[in-house]
Amino acid sequence: MRLLLPLPVLACLFGAGASMAFGRQRNAQRAIGTIALSTALVAAVAILRHTDAHGTAIAHMGGWDAPMGIALVADRLSGLMAVVSAVVLLAVLVFAMGQPGTEQEQPSFHPVYLVLAAGVFLSFLTGDLFNLFVAFEMMLTASYILITLGGRLDQVRSGMTYVVINLVASTFFVVLLALLYAALGTVNMADISERMHTLPHGMRVAFALLMFVVFGIKAAVFPLFFWLPDSYPTAPTAVTAIFAGLLTKVGIYCMIRTQTLLIAKDDRISRFLLVIAGLTMIIGVLGAIAQNDIKRILSFHIVSQIGYMVLGLGLFTVAGIAAAIFYALNQIVLKSTLLLVGGLVDHGAGSSGLTRVGGLARRFPILAWLFLLPALSLAGIPPFAGFVAKLGIIRSGLDAGQGLVVAVSLAVSLLTLFSMSKIWNGAFWGEVELVVEPEDGPTARWGATVPMLGATGVLVAVSVALAVFAGPLYSLCERASTALLDPHDYLRTVLP
Amino acid sequence: MSIVLAASTALMFSLGTYLLLQRRLSRLIIGLGLLGHGANLLLLLSGGRRGVAGIVGSTDGKVIADPMPPALALTAIVISFAVTAFLLALAHRSWQLTGNDLVEDDLEDRRIALLAAAAELDDEELEVAAAAADPSIAPGPIAEAQA
Repeated sequence: MRLLLPLPVLACLFGAGASMAFGRQRNAQRAIGTIALSTALVAAVAILRHTDAHGTAIAHMGGWDAPMGIALVADRLSGLMAVVSAVVLLAVLVFAMGQPGTEQEQPSFHPVYLVLAAGVFLSFLTGDLFNLFVAFEMMLTASYILITLGGRLDQVRSGMTYVVINLVASTFFVVLLALLYAALGTVNMADISERMHTLPHGMRVAFALLMFVVFGIKAAVFPLFFWLPDSYPTAPTAVTAIFAGLLTKVGIYCMIRTQTLLIAKDDRISRFLLVIAGLTMIIGVLGAIAQNDIKRILSFHIVSQIGYMVLGLGLFTVAGIAAAIFYALNQIVLKSTLLLVGGLVDHGAGSSGLTRVGGLARRFPILAWLFLLPALSLAGIPPFAGFVAKLGIIRSGLDAGQGLVVAVSLAVSLLTLFSMSKIWNGAFWGEVELVVEPEDGPTARWGATVPMLGATGVLVAVSVALAVFAGPLYSLCERASTALLDPHDYLRTVLP
Repeated sequence: MSIVLAASTALMFSLGTYLLLQRRLSRLIIGLGLLGHGANLLLLLSGGRRGVAGIVGSTDGKVIADPMPPALALTAIVISFAVTAFLLALAHRSWQLTGNDLVEDDLEDRRIALLAAAAELDDEELEVAAAAADPSIAPGPIAEAQA
């Protein structure tokens, strides 16, 4: 465990350093990136297998025991998130290699991408709240660079919003850490969990809300989502895909972790989360319907779908949180896939605006299939994984007696389908419209995109596999959720 | 001593918030810096009672200050240093591209503002306004577009 737990983070960080040294040799950089992320994937799978068989695993960094030293702690939830993230990171990296532009022109793409990956893995694996802050900063600083890579005017404009809002969130995070340390004298999560009950009730609620704001900004829940649809679409496709798939879900992961481990179940917080969940779903999907560009539509859907996960969390039942975890795993894959398809449309037709492209189904039938499968899954059509995830959320909601918010989620589901069909009608059906012909002809253009199509295809296959193996995966999520709501094993492992 | 620190934390947060709401990028960056420093000061305050530095062999039985918050604050300072440098670079790039240091308007906001303005104009004026204020041509603040 001592070696295995830090391995995903270390592989990416060493990879980033090596990649920096080979700044001029793109092929060496590509090899390093692929090897680092593959190592991380293998390590993540090993961690998941170990935690599922033996419960929580821990590694003390620097030989100092928790709570004094920093401990890396993995349970089933961290394992699951790390595995899916590694798959998506690897696939998007391959996509980026095939895409003309960012990756080929910028020597800094590979190192920064690997630092981002390291930050994501560390967020899932750390057992220390301050270390989580450091992981967030690693991830965010890398994302600042990636979102403005290229330095175009629109990127600088929206990048500014993105950087400023995240800096404010980071400041809140430091404030949270300071207040927690002043109140409890520790920043180790297990230690905080054990001491939290000594605080008065009002203070516990205040901490829960502060944590909600800190992680809610990252997760883009209502009313803290406004920065997302504005900043994500301007970045290069591969970057948008990884942001859309991963970064908001890291926020959701942290919300699940902190609200279950650090804060005991509280009816008022639970009600608050359910209201927020409903509003996030509705506002997000209405925003999506008003948009006219594939990437912008999908960006609003990120917000809308976050609502479902918050709903699952807000129920505070084993079934609810299990459904939220499954939903998050599914969304990581789906959102990345759909945005990659959006990028392919952009690449093949010269635009992703619905009024500018059309008839793609006839021109590029493979692309149409690659879009159709994840889009139907996103809308929750059986037999896709999105249906399983939504069914889980709805069933646990009804079991907990929250009929209203379940009704809202069903209506939002319908609106999601409507907005997906809008993309389908606008981009894939209809007459072939203004397609910008590249100078060397369309065949040359499509010939260069084998890695792009391959990576997107693999992600679509993964999302189908999520549906095929939904049974065992769902029971794994249930075991993860049971462990979250009864953190006995976690606490005993960290503080023996 | 603690009251002075607490008061300066409060001052930094209020000044930082005020500057954050300004339109100039340079002020915004200073505002963010102040907010960050306020948070770091709060982190220092969270250590409780003051005392001598906890270095082995030099304390002579005196009360030592909690060494943990300074360690955390140091990490936070390094991070905010790096991010501020990045922000300055970004602001410089924005200045290179637009020639001013104002925060750009949100495109969506501008489109909505134009729609609202269009509802009040009659058709003839509308065409002139639409031609003058095409968001894809001239990205700039609303005030500039209207002037």
